[in-house]
Amino acid sequence: MPPGISLSDFYYILPEIVLTAGALVLLVVDARLPRGSRALTWVTMAVLLATAVSLVPFRNTDVEVSQGLLAVDQFALFFKVVFLVAAAMTVLMSERYLQVEGASFGEYYFLILCSTLGMMIMAGSIDLISAFVGLETMAVSFYILAGFIKPNQRSNEAAVKYFLLGAFSLGILLYGMSILYGVSGTTNLRTMATVFVGHERNPLLVLAVILVVAGMEFKIAAVPFHMWAPDVYEGAPTPVTAFLSVGSKAASFAMLLRIFVEGLPSMDADWRLLFEMLAIVTMTVGNVAALTQSNLKRMLAYSSIAHAGYLLIGVVAGTPRGISAMLIYLLIYSFMQLGAFAVIVMMRRKDVVGDELKDLSGLYHRQPFAAFAMLVFMLSLGGIPPTAGFMGKLWLFGAAIDAGYVWLAVIGVLNSAVSLYYYLRIVVFMYLKKETIGSEPTLSPALTLTLGVAVAATLVLGVYPGLLFDLAEASARTLGASGVTAAIR
Amino acid sequence: MTVFYLFASIAVGASLLVIAQRNPVYSVLLLIASFGALSGLYILLDAPFVAVIQIVVYAGAIMVLFLFVVMLLNAPQEDTEFDARTHPLLRPGPMKFGALLAAAFTGELIWALTRAGGGSGGFAGGAVSSVEALGRILFTDYAFAFEVTSVLILVAMVGAVLLARRDDRPGSRF
Repeated sequence: MPPGISLSDFYYILPEIVLTAGALVLLVVDARLPRGSRALTWVTMAVLLATAVSLVPFRNTDVEVSQGLLAVDQFALFFKVVFLVAAAMTVLMSERYLQVEGASFGEYYFLILCSTLGMMIMAGSIDLISAFVGLETMAVSFYILAGFIKPNQRSNEAAVKYFLLGAFSLGILLYGMSILYGVSGTTNLRTMATVFVGHERNPLLVLAVILVVAGMEFKIAAVPFHMWAPDVYEGAPTPVTAFLSVGSKAASFAMLLRIFVEGLPSMDADWRLLFEMLAIVTMTVGNVAALTQSNLKRMLAYSSIAHAGYLLIGVVAGTPRGISAMLIYLLIYSFMQLGAFAVIVMMRRKDVVGDELKDLSGLYHRQPFAAFAMLVFMLSLGGIPPTAGFMGKLWLFGAAIDAGYVWLAVIGVLNSAVSLYYYLRIVVFMYLKKETIGSEPTLSPALTLTLGVAVAATLVLGVYPGLLFDLAEASARTLGASGVTAAIR
Repeated sequence: MTVFYLFASIAVGASLLVIAQRNPVYSVLLLIASFGALSGLYILLDAPFVAVIQIVVYAGAIMVLFLFVVMLLNAPQEDTEFDARTHPLLRPGPMKFGALLAAAFTGELIWALTRAGGGSGGFAGGAVSSVEALGRILFTDYAFAFEVTSVLILVAMVGAVLLARRDDRPGSRF
């Protein structure tokens, strides 16, 4: 074995190895199975389950592995669980959608697994190199997934737009990273943090912070780098949109926290100010633009932009409490967002595209359970008790007030009130309108399971939020375990 | 230092001309010039291996493919018509705004470079310039990133096959 690599390095990246091996097996199995075989869904679920099981030995570890490229800690663990849950729910809702569209399964599931791998690496990376490679793995998978329905022109458009803008934003991000490397002489974020102490006023560093913020803002779809989101979300296959709006966003937030809280704590005055302004603009623009949308996927795209704004409040607060509130909100957001998209997947039938607001008319009379589930998700996204969305917002805004950003919390609450208008409009269409379009929407067992899990999680976490709190708190505390936390006021 | 400025100005000038050209073939050829100047910069940085790779892979293989694609598409002129579907920010007026932003950014960069007093950390120096040293560091310190890159390339391959293959469903245009 070459120097510098030990067996323990392989042990600590076991979840990543299991996931990669599973994805490769899937690709081979796909070639042996008859076209359109549904067995692949269960193979994919088995791979995700095996990966989740392989995370168990690392529930209490806090080490740097692979020559300081990766950290295996609670923070990474929390995000890895979020990604696996999101991927599993996406896979469950994909089967029906792919059947209706007549698309092939194998490559689709392979790409879902590979993007999950990229996300897991992003969450664990404490080095710019590994973070970037993880980001690329995730992004390239999503570029292809967005254009997966080849005969659909809107899907093609989504893929090309996402690819071109993604490549451009990645260029900006890399420029910022190269300046960081040029000034510090290292790509390791924890070493960087110690090197940069006392260099707060270096103009090159300020410039690098701006560039990295711009690159990351694109990935989390925050204003003014959000232009791609509505078009891509609308054009991409619905389950891919769901995974993009949850997994990609969560992974980018993880990477953002690693870079700024672990790598650039001494520059916090600069990036906090930037994120503060961006959070306000993002919340407001996202919610106001969502008001006038008639396409459900576009509306949820703007809603997810607004949620990126809420989540940024946690970054601005920067305290362990703010970060743990952010983690909690990300998990809650995953359930409600994936659930809402599962309902839109159900609306896709042979004769109806089903992603317009009017397609939901009279859903209560045709599919009472799906209508109820959608009601719960909308209330939760809007932040109404007793749903989890309310608790998440409560902690997030509470942490902001705690850290002295009272007016940021006030703007957040005002924005939530605005958002209720378009969330409740969906409820009005489902419950009060009578006219119906096309064939009866039906639930497949997998879709019922997805909706059931999402509804249960949204309601249970709303009533017993304590389940999550300790977990998120512990994760937030391990961030910056190398003594950097002191720099965060 | 003079050599640096020579190569740097060729690289920047050629890159600017790449986006200023209407004829895609000229753009591709200018990009090759830019890559050549970049590889000169790599030699100045004591990284001969990267310089050679830059020429062989980018200026050689990839740009030839680019030229093939441009010729196959048979697009002698770039299409510059802006229809109603173009996003307002991409129409000619706002493009000037973009140019303004780029100019402002260049100004900031120059200001920052002249104000900053060099790096605050230490570099390993020219220790990794040889092929052997590069290979060694790639398979030890950066082994993990290297392995993940192979997955990344596999994803890109699957994607390329997927997007390019003929769909065997009836009634499909592809």
